[in-house]
Amino acid sequence: MIICRVSAGMGLECRSDISNAVVVISVLLIVLKRLGLGLLTLFVVSLLIFASVNMLPGDFAQAILGQGATPEAVAAIREDLGLNKPAVTRYIDWLSGILVGDFGVSFAQANFAVYAGDAAAQGGIGSVADQLLPRFRNTLFLASVSAAIAVPLSLALGVLAAMFANTAFDRAVNIATLSSISSPEFFVAYMLILFLAVLNPVFPSLSNIYDEMSFAERLNRSMLPALTLTLVVTAHMMRMTRAAIINLMASPYIEMARLKGIGPLRVIVTHALPNALAPIINVIALNLAYLITGVVVVEVVFVYPGIGQLFVDSVKVRDIPVVQACCLIFASAYILLNLTADILSILSNPRLRHPK
Amino acid sequence: MSTLLSMTLSILVILAGGWLVQFAGRRIPWPRDGLREYFRDMPYLVGCGFALAALCLFWSYRFYFVQDVKFFQWAVQGLIIFTVAGFGFRWLGRRVGTSGSRKLFRQMPVTAAFGILIILLYVIAAVFADLFAPYGQAEIFDKINVLPGGDVELGGDPRFILGTDQLGRDLLTRLIYGAQNTVGIAFVTTCLAFLIGASCGFLAATLGGWFDQIASRVVDALMAIPQLIFALLLMTIATSWAGSNKVLIMVYMVVIIAVLDSTRVYRLARAVGQNIVVMDYIEAAKLRGENLTYLVFREILPNATSPLLAEFGLRFCFVFLTIAALSFLGIGIQPPLADWGTMVRDLSQFINFAAFSPLTATLPLLAAGAIALLTVAVNFVVDWMLHKTSGLKE
Repeated sequence: MIICRVSAGMGLECRSDISNAVVVISVLLIVLKRLGLGLLTLFVVSLLIFASVNMLPGDFAQAILGQGATPEAVAAIREDLGLNKPAVTRYIDWLSGILVGDFGVSFAQANFAVYAGDAAAQGGIGSVADQLLPRFRNTLFLASVSAAIAVPLSLALGVLAAMFANTAFDRAVNIATLSSISSPEFFVAYMLILFLAVLNPVFPSLSNIYDEMSFAERLNRSMLPALTLTLVVTAHMMRMTRAAIINLMASPYIEMARLKGIGPLRVIVTHALPNALAPIINVIALNLAYLITGVVVVEVVFVYPGIGQLFVDSVKVRDIPVVQACCLIFASAYILLNLTADILSILSNPRLRHPK
Repeated sequence: MSTLLSMTLSILVILAGGWLVQFAGRRIPWPRDGLREYFRDMPYLVGCGFALAALCLFWSYRFYFVQDVKFFQWAVQGLIIFTVAGFGFRWLGRRVGTSGSRKLFRQMPVTAAFGILIILLYVIAAVFADLFAPYGQAEIFDKINVLPGGDVELGGDPRFILGTDQLGRDLLTRLIYGAQNTVGIAFVTTCLAFLIGASCGFLAATLGGWFDQIASRVVDALMAIPQLIFALLLMTIATSWAGSNKVLIMVYMVVIIAVLDSTRVYRLARAVGQNIVVMDYIEAAKLRGENLTYLVFREILPNATSPLLAEFGLRFCFVFLTIAALSFLGIGIQPPLADWGTMVRDLSQFINFAAFSPLTATLPLLAAGAIALLTVAVNFVVDWMLHKTSGLKE
């Protein structure tokens, strides 16, 4: 039904149910093809990550034991972690483990357990999944809060800038967004800390979050990182929205609508926006993907207990299994969002729905 | 609670102000015809815009004169200085120089002139850092954590205008040397990325076939992982390889970021190259029996300069920001060298003193601002170049 309405708007007509069914099937086929491609990409990415980690000199066992490695201990740990198997077997083990939610064991925790001497009491070595899960939830929370602010704000600003193109408002917004796109995240973050936490204590500058917190408290604590991400992301989305709408404003059917005497806001919202949807969806998805990765620096600045902070800490102590797992999670989020953008833009554009 | 209240209040003021502006604009008997018609046809939203602008002016006035916020005053003064500098530089460019450069400056918006001025200043600071800096970049003095300002009674020292850091190194010196190291390394990395990306892209466009297929699929795979994440993963491995050799770590960093960034350059170079390869003059050159080097460097490259040049600016920004982010996270440019990302991280605690000593709190912002200013400047210039070459005159 939605498809029918959109295509009617594009000047195509749905004459009968039969042609409707054909459209649905062809859309399904395209979507399935994209999904397959996405899975393939994910597979290649996992291969790439595994291969690059295997370029490490020495191996995990030596890395865990460090300087005090005796040959016997190294051999024992190799046996324990299955490092004496060939690379292909290890890759398959790793991948099949991930599919059931087992990301392997973390070195840092293994180290800790060995030094504390209570490896047996802990029930072996700490697993990566235990570390990842709560932090992943926190990161998702941060990303969704910033998306909830950024997407409506940037769409509204983009439409306004397109409506008042080439006025003082447009110029000011242009300069402001260009500057905020090009500033590094930590600059924006420290500016916000300076003005909203130190000079006017509105939000806390450290976002320590734990599980028992109420939703409002959690929101308050994660407001500054969310605002930082919003500022960085909004600029890009808003510029793309503006560009997409301005591009369309020159087309004859918009002029027709304007000559009919429709108000400028209605021309943009009901006539230009539906056709500008595909590029806008694309840029929103791309920026949400950026949110997932841009989170790294922002989390470090605000000491937010998310997956980005874990990633950076693990990189510093070379906790390879955690690095590997974080990398895979970031990459899959990135691929998934790009895939969604692809599929949504196909659905929103009848010209892409009918492959030649 | 008070913030919420003031926000609601300002929204109400804007909404009411829009109506007020519209109403008053129609009632006032304007002496000029244009103004009368302008206010007659003015939509409600534009009136709200005027109200918003008035509210912003009012707030700025309060911040600047009544509440005496130091940072706001500095920001406003900085903005005025930058604007004047931009206009002044454009005025100078329109009068001095060859007729070609004068013509270029005549068509230039003030943002682009400002960008060129800033880039020039950075280049000068980077090249002549040895002359400008009062001390050596790794020179350690016996006074640590000297406060900025040079006032002895407030814990400053006239020898160190911006103070010293936790090891006793002069911060002004390190800020100036940061231009040399951070910008220099980013520039080298971008050049390397372009060398790899553009040559592979042009080769893929001219050769086509299996080379094109393999290179494109490799690039697709590399681009499927977010760049900063992949760079961090590879840096983990590189630091294990390099051990404690700090120079080697930086060399690896340059290579890793260059390779990851060359994927974007490859995409562009291939797309531009494919449009050029189908031209008749390429056909003619092929029939003449010219070899591949001639085709790529004499026929394709000259015709692809302008998009590649704009891309160079953008890529430089991305590389620069990536390196700054890596250094900020502690795995980029290594300690004895002064660099802005590391400075921001080391000095970040000072920001908590903003209420007592505004000057001290600006230290981390100075380093971060130095990064931001350069990227903003490059982006302004690139924006103008893209606008000029794409023929978007509107």
